Amino acid sequence: MKYIIQFGIILFISFIGELLNRAIPLPIPASIYGMLILFTALCTGMLKLSHVKESGKFLISIMPLMFIAPAVGLIDSWGIMQEFIVAIIVISVISTVAVIAATGHITQLIIRFKEKEGKR
Amino acid sequence: MNGILHNSLFFGVALSIGTFILGTMIKRKCNIFLFNPLLVSITITIATLSLLHIEYSTYNESAKYLTYLLTPATVALAIPLYEQLMLLKKNVTAILIGIASGVLCSGVSIFIMALMFGLDHTQYVTLLPKSITTAIGIGLSAELDGYVAITVSAIIFTGLIGNIAGDLICRMLHINNPIAKGIAIGTATHVMGTSKAMEVGEVEGAMSSLSVAVAGCMTVGAAILFQWWI
Repeated sequence: MKYIIQFGIILFISFIGELLNRAIPLPIPASIYGMLILFTALCTGMLKLSHVKESGKFLISIMPLMFIAPAVGLIDSWGIMQEFIVAIIVISVISTVAVIAATGHITQLIIRFKEKEGKR
Repeated sequence: MNGILHNSLFFGVALSIGTFILGTMIKRKCNIFLFNPLLVSITITIATLSLLHIEYSTYNESAKYLTYLLTPATVALAIPLYEQLMLLKKNVTAILIGIASGVLCSGVSIFIMALMFGLDHTQYVTLLPKSITTAIGIGLSAELDGYVAITVSAIIFTGLIGNIAGDLICRMLHINNPIAKGIAIGTATHVMGTSKAMEVGEVEGAMSSLSVAVAGCMTVGAAILFQWWI
């Protein structure tokens, strides 16, 4: 019963997210609204961790399976992609490494700076 | 034989899960980063479909039930995030500035390379949402009049890089702080990178989930400015 309630709560929040996605004219998907709703509900104590924890963790653990079908779908857009496939690959690889480098180092630098300040 | 495969509601799901398990087993035998279970599964699935002459739409008629769970699973990412609430509050400035610089870096690097490759406006805006989660990326690409199908491909390709090598890239670049690592992987490679970050550690996973949401929303704002550059 516990798992049914947990799964039900997560699906209900997904549904509310879907409603918001339809109602608000921004390209923000149901899943992000849902994540914000669940986070807020947990922070305000409207929901307890035990109301969602095990089912939620299960969903997160099987998450990689959910990317297989969309990725296999790459074969269907192969036609238009061929036009600038080299650009797509090079831009994706380089900008991904650049973003990881910039984000990671800046975050790390500020954290370390604050830690030093804290010690003083 | 083929008739059964073409009408089966379970073939696509079984093929996807089966190849993923195979990928996990290969990964356990030889721990080379290229033998990523997701990559192995995708490759074998594509090979199987083309060998048996099965259309993607036929396969997806079954496999879509796995993808269906992506929305509730993304909602559930709020759970690890909540569990790391203290850490989040303590480092909120570093996290927000970090994500913002990642979003800017993404836009600028794509702009520079689009110039180098001589991409036209449509091709350029198609690639702008490549670091964010698919669902936001689709909406944004459509909004900017890009090729939505290619945006999806670029997003998935980027996500694969994060899933396969996100942790490795962080280590090579000496990004060791777990918070910084999570934020970097999530900002650059969205939910697919996050699912890997979850395996690396709880803090990494939680921070990565947070940055998927924040970077996604920030990119929507930034792309509206970036789109006029080419």
